Amino acid sequence: MITDVIISALLIFGAALALIGSLGLAKLPDFFMRLHGPSKATTLGLGSILIAAAVYGLSSDTLGIAARPILITFFLFITTPVSAHLLARAAIRHRLYSQAELPPQREPKHEPPQR
Amino acid sequence: MSRILPHPVMAAVLLIVWVLLMDSLAPGVVLLGVILSLLLTHWSANFWASQPRFHRVGVLLRFIPLVLWDIVVANLNVARLILGSNSKLRPHFLEVPLDLSDPYAKVVLASVITLTPGTVSAEFSEDRQTLLVHALNIADPDEEIRQIKTRYEAPLKEIFECSTSR
Repeated sequence: MITDVIISALLIFGAALALIGSLGLAKLPDFFMRLHGPSKATTLGLGSILIAAAVYGLSSDTLGIAARPILITFFLFITTPVSAHLLARAAIRHRLYSQAELPPQREPKHEPPQR
Repeated sequence: MSRILPHPVMAAVLLIVWVLLMDSLAPGVVLLGVILSLLLTHWSANFWASQPRFHRVGVLLRFIPLVLWDIVVANLNVARLILGSNSKLRPHFLEVPLDLSDPYAKVVLASVITLTPGTVSAEFSEDRQTLLVHALNIADPDEEIRQIKTRYEAPLKEIFECSTSR
């Protein structure tokens, strides 16, 4: 009973954060700010959903289920930053529109892409 | 030792992950896991620049909960920022000068910066001694840089580079 409540609360909390992350992806004004949305959905949002799965695994008879969500969390935490880093890097190279002042260009100047 | 097993820690981690994924300790599963982890570490040996060394495991054990806690706090912060008005946001690019020299420490620092919401590591400078970070809402850039350096970089430097041992 109590584990059910904990699992449900974690699921709702995680889903709410994933929703807010997606909302940020839609409403924030420039590419670099939008990157912050998904990086959040995958950390705490998915994290709490996976903790819920681990609690469920622990409370049921099949203990092995508890290990997998932890592994998934681990893989997510080491892969998310890499993709975010590459996206941001590519966006800087393309001189995408940014509210924050972009750092000075290092490579030979290209035509700024039309926005 | 180094000829047969160039990366003992990585081989052990691979084996543990394999066993957990297969969810079984049957002899066949473990044997296949041992063979795979030996082969994979052997084949990828040239790819890894150096062996990461953990000098201060105690610092590492304190660093992990600190980062997890920061992820939770910063998540809630950014959720509030997203739900608020766009016009109130002050995005900023930060240039964080690095004192780290170990490549693994730099990777972990960049990952930690991205995982704590509100900041995304965007690019290393050509000499890899400056990390460009995009922050979603910053009142005082210098204060934020100082924060990153003391909160994350200093412990990482201790963990990966402390020269007291060997």
